Amino acid sequence: MTDHTAHHSDVSYLKDGKGLKSWLLTLDHKRIGIMYLWTVMFFFTVAGFLAIALRIEHWGPTRTIMGADTYNKVFTLHGAIMIFMFIIPGIPGALANFFLPLMIGAKDVAFPRLNLASDYVFMVGALMALGAIIFGNSADTGWTFYTPYSIRSGSSVALVVMSVFVMGFSSIFTGLNFIATIHKMRAPGMTFYRMPMFVWATYATSILQVLATPVIGITMFLLMTERVFHVGIFDPKLGGDPVLMQHFFWFYSHPAVYIMILPAMGIISELIPVFSRKPLFGYTAIAYSSIAIAAISFLVWGHHMFVSGQSDFSNFLFSLLTVLVAVPTAIKVFSWIATMYKGSIRLEVPMLYALTFIFLFVIGGLTGLFLAALSIDIHLHDTYFVVAHFHYVMMGGSVMAFLGGIHFWWPKMFGRMYNRSVANVAWFFVFVGFNLIFMPQFWMGSHGMPRRYYNYPPQFTLAHQLSTIGSWVVAIGFFLHFGSLIWAVFYGEEVTDKNPWGAKTLDWTTETPPITHNFHEQPIVTTFPYDYKSEKV
Amino acid sequence: MFLESAHASTISLPQAATYAARVDHLHDFLWWMSLFFLALVTFGMIYLVKKYHHSQKGRETAYILDNHKLEIFWTLASLVLMFFIFAWGYRDYLWVRHVPDNALEINVIGRQWMWNFEYSNGRKTLNELYVPKDRHVKLIMTSEDVSHGFFVPDFRLKQDVVPGMYSYISFEPILLGEHPIYCTQFCGTGHSDMLGKIFILEPADYEKWLTTGKVSGVAKVAASGNTAPAETKPLAQQGAELVNSKGCFACHSTDGTPKIGPSFKGAYGRQEEMSDGLKLTVDENYIRESMMEPQKKIVKGFPPSMPTFKGLLSDQEMNAIIAYIKSLKY
Repeated sequence: MTDHTAHHSDVSYLKDGKGLKSWLLTLDHKRIGIMYLWTVMFFFTVAGFLAIALRIEHWGPTRTIMGADTYNKVFTLHGAIMIFMFIIPGIPGALANFFLPLMIGAKDVAFPRLNLASDYVFMVGALMALGAIIFGNSADTGWTFYTPYSIRSGSSVALVVMSVFVMGFSSIFTGLNFIATIHKMRAPGMTFYRMPMFVWATYATSILQVLATPVIGITMFLLMTERVFHVGIFDPKLGGDPVLMQHFFWFYSHPAVYIMILPAMGIISELIPVFSRKPLFGYTAIAYSSIAIAAISFLVWGHHMFVSGQSDFSNFLFSLLTVLVAVPTAIKVFSWIATMYKGSIRLEVPMLYALTFIFLFVIGGLTGLFLAALSIDIHLHDTYFVVAHFHYVMMGGSVMAFLGGIHFWWPKMFGRMYNRSVANVAWFFVFVGFNLIFMPQFWMGSHGMPRRYYNYPPQFTLAHQLSTIGSWVVAIGFFLHFGSLIWAVFYGEEVTDKNPWGAKTLDWTTETPPITHNFHEQPIVTTFPYDYKSEKV
Repeated sequence: MFLESAHASTISLPQAATYAARVDHLHDFLWWMSLFFLALVTFGMIYLVKKYHHSQKGRETAYILDNHKLEIFWTLASLVLMFFIFAWGYRDYLWVRHVPDNALEINVIGRQWMWNFEYSNGRKTLNELYVPKDRHVKLIMTSEDVSHGFFVPDFRLKQDVVPGMYSYISFEPILLGEHPIYCTQFCGTGHSDMLGKIFILEPADYEKWLTTGKVSGVAKVAASGNTAPAETKPLAQQGAELVNSKGCFACHSTDGTPKIGPSFKGAYGRQEEMSDGLKLTVDENYIRESMMEPQKKIVKGFPPSMPTFKGLLSDQEMNAIIAYIKSLKY
């Protein structure tokens, strides 16, 4: 053991082993995290191109570049890839994998082999989906796979559904691993209330992954069974109940929304104290609010089904429980803003994204209230208002936090700094373009534009065109970002400083980039993670 | 563009049913409330970034961990606000879900990719729904294939139309003229072409249309070849003939005497106890289920001997039979 440690003690994880094999068979959480990172960035780019194709199609009210069936497949793939292959594995698989052990002062995750397995299971699932797209007939059901349409559709629904089933296991493995790691591998002195907020958020997320994901697995399995063997679970022609499938689906997919946003909130809670030189305001409240959100998220799935024909009493309960989620969310937002009070604020790229997150996420949250209120949801349900709302939460929330996170940790991960001016320009394009895409969609939705419409009523043409132009602006921003980040890996200014941002969490006490075993000596924790003492500016 | 308004509302669509003004009212409130909070957060952040920017020298950062009074305040305040929004939304929802007894009932069947409407006198239309102004209407909806969504933006109303069950929507039309219907539940290739129109007519024009199939006045443009004047046998009468031809009278009477099964007379709307103790009110969904899956819920005291009619009755035929049973009141 000692020999082993000595051997690795001064080697950066990037240089510890060369060649493809050393990466593909690695058990190092950092290398697995990097593999996840490139994978999810690849899928984000693929699904992003699909989104641009959709937007171009909507330049005019009728056919522009593709037929109706192609359009239906493209929006299904855009949603399914973004959700199952980017947002869900994104922050947990890439950033939490890399930084969770570092933040709690551990050598690795609890089960390194399971960690690698989860990456491979994810790849297998993703390849199945790609196979269905390239060799099969894709799927045209929307990422929600609603029955009975998904039973009747002639596209390769079974294969796509199977891939979601497989990828679910990857998510469960990751969640289990993180729960065990957080419980068992914390450094001496790191009590639960000394854990960085990103660890708390990952903990809440992991619970959701372990408890909710089996339900989507079962649902997808039942759907496959129904399609292949016609057993009559969801098919009304055989006595099944199509609305039951919606219940099963959202019983997972609503908690999944929080699998997507909780880690993002965790990142924001890391960024704001660092760049404000202030302790995180209301640590306990933020930590508990993550757990509260995770708990309530299991009880609100029915708000996706207010017009599905479920009973009025169900609607009453689900609407009531849904508005409750807004409370812990509001607590977080107020606490982040309060953290900046009397600090010393630096608008570095990560901080810019943290503030962008708050702005966009607040819009996403407030428009969520429109949809939680029963009477208005009846009007807005399944319109572009919903599309705009969840893009403000998912893209304005999770993606902005992801961008903030990778710009924060990039120097730690690769020992290189990106060009900050390029990143600032890219931010401008992302921010302006994003709002240009989705602001008009709120207006369209409240004025009756249904979602998943290939042809649309001509009064929405101008709004659709603004939205399409916005998608190009965002694309420029992402090309600049990804280009500049990849460029930085090879040619960026070298960073040797352990802690270029002056952060207080343990991940910044490691070498840059970290050594294979993370720490030269076992760190011992004596204080809470945001102990920014009063200092002269 | 965003604030252009015909009636000082944040939704600039016609308010063609009584419900619309209610939705718009809460929508206005939430819109301005959201704008207020967004401005608060945004200008708050800008102010803090400027005031406490690291370039603002000659001061010390503060060491503040929390402030329980402030935290309790914003927790409770947001909780109260949330309950208020919930209560407002729920109140208007209950209001629109309540259907008066004298509502005009029209059957709707969705199928890829069209809307079929059938009136109680047997008149059928395709993609065109005619309703009288100022009279409560209840649409009883089902689908023949996959799920659809019935959406009328000018009414601010929407309801999924699901195969194998009935859902309903009810409204009181108040604005004469033509209003679009969209399908909002994804249903395949022609989803975005599954469009319809609602024509709100003066009551007298409506009565005339109902009997003759011809329209005058505002809705003249709509007089297409859609309506089928030949088929005007009332729905309940079609149902009676079906019930006779399918042999239902062998077990069900129309005079209130129970035979092997419960009597049809007064069955609709009656409270019944099932053999497993469940109590329910006989409605469209229960009658439908009893035809399709008769063993599922059996009225207490009757044998489980009814055969299934699954695959033997079309959705239209079921609608006719239900209309017939409804007509047999006490």
